[in-house]
Amino acid sequence: MANETERPADSEAQATAAPTPSNTVTPSPLVAALQRQNPDWVTEVIEAFGETTVIVPREHIRAACSFLKSAPGLEFNMLADLCGVDRGPEEEPRFEVNYHLFSTNKYTRARLKVLLNEDDAKVETVTTVWKTANWHERETFDMFGIIFEGHPDLRRILLPDDWEGHALRKDFPLRGYEPYSLT
Amino acid sequence: MSTTLPPYEVIDQPLDTQMTISFGPQHPSTHGVLRLEMVLDGEMIVRAIPDIGYLHTGMEKLFEYKKWQQGIVITDRMDYLNPLGNNLAYVMAIEKLLGLEIPERAQVIRVMMCELQRIASHMVWLGTHALDIGAMTVFFYAFREREKIMNLIEACSGGRLTPSYFRVGGLMMDLPAGFERRVKQFTDAFPKALDEFHTLVSGNTIFQSRTKGVGYISTEDAIDWGLTGPCLRGSGVKIDVRLTNPYTGYETYDFEIPVETGCDVWARYMVRMRELRESLKIVEQALARLRPGPVKADAPKVVLPEREAMKTHMDALIHHFLIITEGFNVPAGEVYHPIEGSKGELGCYIKSDGGAKPARVHVRGPSFVNLSALPIMAEGEMVADVVAIIGSLDIVLGEIDR
Repeated sequence: MANETERPADSEAQATAAPTPSNTVTPSPLVAALQRQNPDWVTEVIEAFGETTVIVPREHIRAACSFLKSAPGLEFNMLADLCGVDRGPEEEPRFEVNYHLFSTNKYTRARLKVLLNEDDAKVETVTTVWKTANWHERETFDMFGIIFEGHPDLRRILLPDDWEGHALRKDFPLRGYEPYSLT
Repeated sequence: MSTTLPPYEVIDQPLDTQMTISFGPQHPSTHGVLRLEMVLDGEMIVRAIPDIGYLHTGMEKLFEYKKWQQGIVITDRMDYLNPLGNNLAYVMAIEKLLGLEIPERAQVIRVMMCELQRIASHMVWLGTHALDIGAMTVFFYAFREREKIMNLIEACSGGRLTPSYFRVGGLMMDLPAGFERRVKQFTDAFPKALDEFHTLVSGNTIFQSRTKGVGYISTEDAIDWGLTGPCLRGSGVKIDVRLTNPYTGYETYDFEIPVETGCDVWARYMVRMRELRESLKIVEQALARLRPGPVKADAPKVVLPEREAMKTHMDALIHHFLIITEGFNVPAGEVYHPIEGSKGELGCYIKSDGGAKPARVHVRGPSFVNLSALPIMAEGEMVADVVAIIGSLDIVLGEIDR
């Protein structure tokens, strides 16, 4: 009997919990601020696992970043990480670039994401916003071949200059094309 | 690993004294295989350009070909002075995707082991940093203390440098019998050793004059260049992931975040030395909180069953077989999980497509980002100060090159 009385309570709790989708009704201050500043900057907002992801059109990424860096109430003054993702050669858009922002005043985190097509894998650099983006962008260029336009020093960073291909692309074989020799 | 030096401005000097020298990669003071191309004007550094990649082993690529649980052993080999921290960042990111609840005892042990690992990592930093500057004795004392922690890690996991002790859903196994007593022995003896270090190094006039005012980086620059950990706190910013984004229950422990405002090598040194005492406090608190209980989450499809259960229960045997042969699936999605490693913010970005292998694993190594700010600190300093600055950054090339 105890079970029977508990069960409806459980299903009720689930029923009330289920229809509230994760924060789509009340967007976070970040998304609200971005949309208020320029509605074109936000193409999609994903709230999952307690993290906010904002997909930004690639032509607006630098403007959105420099706005977020100084926006009152947000102050994402640190770029914690920048990394590329390859979804696979058959996907289009194929590449993602993730910007993980952090605020040293508010302790909040956010992720901006740019989607890039394979034949035009170019995005404006954010080294003018945060200097730390320099090496991150070099690494992403090295591993995925994504061009960061306006980057002051876009060279390979981990692999040698004469390396062929971009190692973290999904179509790059795990053991490379041929044995590589440093000599 | 680029061999071409980008164009630099040659300062018009009456005597053409500028020259370019290559520092490393086989230099002992570079803490691994870091190479610097330095443009010198006499003894002054005009430009210092780090050149990395000599230890690149394609770990991020390898993750994509290994099952989720096999990736843990790869993380050990990144920052080999802080392997438990790497384990924690990786498994916690997966646990975030899976939505696993970790038992209390496992969380307390994770905190305790991570803080012990932080002390061990700082011991290597202290020994090598002092050695670089010329104080040889400290190295032996620091490694004596580190050895005690290495023995503790070996006792609980079987490995010294590559423990892989944290697994998805908890720990590899519970602590061995008598482990608490051994940790107690260490925490009782360590404050005395810490006082020794202060006598040996902190009070040393030569060490002070080699470090004070050297390697200056302002607060704004430190944030702009993305410095984290003791390097950022040495520039007067009170940022510690344990405080700002607490994980595994760090918010319930009583400890301070040491901050220094000197912005130089000495400030970064003092932050780490004060941090040692705070880490010791956390270890003692965790030790007092240890209560008997499970160390693995109740998730039979993800966590390997106990050996005894496999001999008596058919389903445990089936789960074991499936986890080993096929692995477990992780729901599709992406997470970025930062933790406070011994060198700064250690973030693990994981993207899953729902399969038994990750779609992408990216590790934000604190050493990588901290090293990128080296040119700012080194320019205008003397060539002999470069080793002091590298030592104060506490870099590990295994993590930079990955």
